[in-house]
Amino acid sequence: MNDEYLSRGYLTIDEIKEITELPSEERLKKKPVAVPECPQEIPCTPCSEICPVGAISMPTPNDRPIVDYDKCIGCSLCVQICPGLAFFMIHYRGEKARITMPHELLPVPKRGDEVILLNRKGEEIGTGKVVLVIPRDKSVGDTPVLTVEVPIELAWEARAVRVKEARE
Amino acid sequence: MRIEEHPVIDFTRKRGKKVTIYFEGKPIEAYEGEPIAEALHAAGIRVLNFTPNGRPRGLFCAIGKCSSCLMKVNGIPNVRTCITLVEDGMKIERQHGLEPLPKDYKPPKWKDAEKIEADVIIIGGGPAGLMAAIKASEHGAKVALLDENPILGGQLVKQTHKFFGKREQFAGVRGVKIAEIIAEEAKKKGVDIHLETSAIGIFPNGEGKLVTAVKKNKKLVEFYGKAVIVATGAMEKMIPFENNDLPGVYGAGAIQTLMNTYGIQPGKRVLIVGAGNVGVILAYQLLQAGVEVVAVVEAMPKVGAYFVHAAKIRRLGIPIYTKHTILRAEGKEKVERAVVAQLDDNWKPIPGTEKTYDVDIVALAVGLRPSIELLHQAGAQAIYVRELSGYVVRHDDRMETTIKGIFVAGDSSGIEEATTAMLEGKLAGIAAALFVGKADVKNAMEEMEKVRKDLDEFRSGPFGQRTRIGEKKVMIK
Repeated sequence: MNDEYLSRGYLTIDEIKEITELPSEERLKKKPVAVPECPQEIPCTPCSEICPVGAISMPTPNDRPIVDYDKCIGCSLCVQICPGLAFFMIHYRGEKARITMPHELLPVPKRGDEVILLNRKGEEIGTGKVVLVIPRDKSVGDTPVLTVEVPIELAWEARAVRVKEARE
Repeated sequence: MRIEEHPVIDFTRKRGKKVTIYFEGKPIEAYEGEPIAEALHAAGIRVLNFTPNGRPRGLFCAIGKCSSCLMKVNGIPNVRTCITLVEDGMKIERQHGLEPLPKDYKPPKWKDAEKIEADVIIIGGGPAGLMAAIKASEHGAKVALLDENPILGGQLVKQTHKFFGKREQFAGVRGVKIAEIIAEEAKKKGVDIHLETSAIGIFPNGEGKLVTAVKKNKKLVEFYGKAVIVATGAMEKMIPFENNDLPGVYGAGAIQTLMNTYGIQPGKRVLIVGAGNVGVILAYQLLQAGVEVVAVVEAMPKVGAYFVHAAKIRRLGIPIYTKHTILRAEGKEKVERAVVAQLDDNWKPIPGTEKTYDVDIVALAVGLRPSIELLHQAGAQAIYVRELSGYVVRHDDRMETTIKGIFVAGDSSGIEEATTAMLEGKLAGIAAALFVGKADVKNAMEEMEKVRKDLDEFRSGPFGQRTRIGEKKVMIK
């Protein structure tokens, strides 16, 4: 992959496919699955160290994480611990997809809240509903984690949320 | 303006007792435990002094390194107000150029200096110095540590993000938390800690060393030891542009100090110059503190930071403009606007691409340079190494410099990151304990070998390449 993404500061979905094979549709329907958006060889290992089933391979600390989607149990520990906030989980459920993502800003939305979805370049692309919140004190990585239900066509687009009554 | 709500830090719990200080005669509310310049900033005062030709100056580094914050405190001029803590009833005045000491002022005398003895004297209580202190103690040495800041932890105390590396190296833990853990550990090990104490010289003293210091701007202290570890960190670089001295043009670290250490809102709208790790991490931290970031501009064609840190701010809507730079800051006595422009392939601004932002802060995140002043004064051989971001001293594989018994660790041995600073600190700490004859040789050698392996492993990827080249240039065989 060329490094044009470094002049932009975000990855396109095609670039993500170049760094890591995406899970099959069948796997995405089964249960949540972790997908890293971690394109560089950086000295960082917590995801692979914390994975309870050894699904994240990383032969040396500077290697990129590669997830064995068949082994992944969708526990979200990698999403919680990743220092780069670069891990997400995706789960297809009928017409909807559930995205699990880190959220380190205030306010932390509550279960049931409708939130604005942001894509990788910060553009508002629609709305989703928060279905699960792991608060900071329950997260192994000290990072609150949200699971947000979104229209399925946004499963590979939405990567952050803006809480509607954000303080101004 | 103070930060009341923050996703990572609870400032209301951290703040000390309320005190009153007097700025040019006017009472200002401050909190015990915060420095003067920071308290003034919270009260909206940005101009701290005037140059001899009348230009206003404000904070720049906020860690006592740049002297941009000198003021008159209780009649004494040239006080570094960014690291001098407020005291109830303190009288603060703006300084005009260099002002003389009051005629009746009696400076302290060296014959009255407090004398501290230890095996190993460590200058600097950041990640490198603290880790060196922990390891030297573990290996049997008596350690004294001094730092001119009021808090232990160096720059870790203002890092709300989680660090990379391996979990045994604190990966996945926030910098603020790492600082707490290692400071606690050093205290538990019985390290004799002296805060608000500036080292001003390192001298030979028979077989040993003498470090002279000033405590709280008024007391002289002499530290006697057999070995010295210098872990004095780094200082922020400045770039030339029009009005780069206008109050509100702050080093990135100063902004982090204001908002993450003391819970003070640095401003309302910020332009960041530099998309290295410091710049993009600062942008994220500003968002966490509820401050708007209008853009990050970067002269290089690519983001220099770890990509994942850049991605965090992009998806929250902060634009990064590569091949852009700042042309000038504008405003009367403080930043009101910043003008940026696109650069061509020869680094020249392209006419017609200028863009003006209404901002009250320009954050400079344009790199760091190692703080080697004390090592230089002590006579250690220094060379310029581009890959390590400036002049650094030569050292061997135990971090010992060309002067026997003087060791170096962390950013003062070359700009890298906290994880490697801690590893270098471990190495220097063990080596110093060995040097002073306290460590068990076999244990020490084995542990140093393990630390060297960890360092090599961390630096083995593409991001470690610069350091690998730089280390080759400084290493004494």
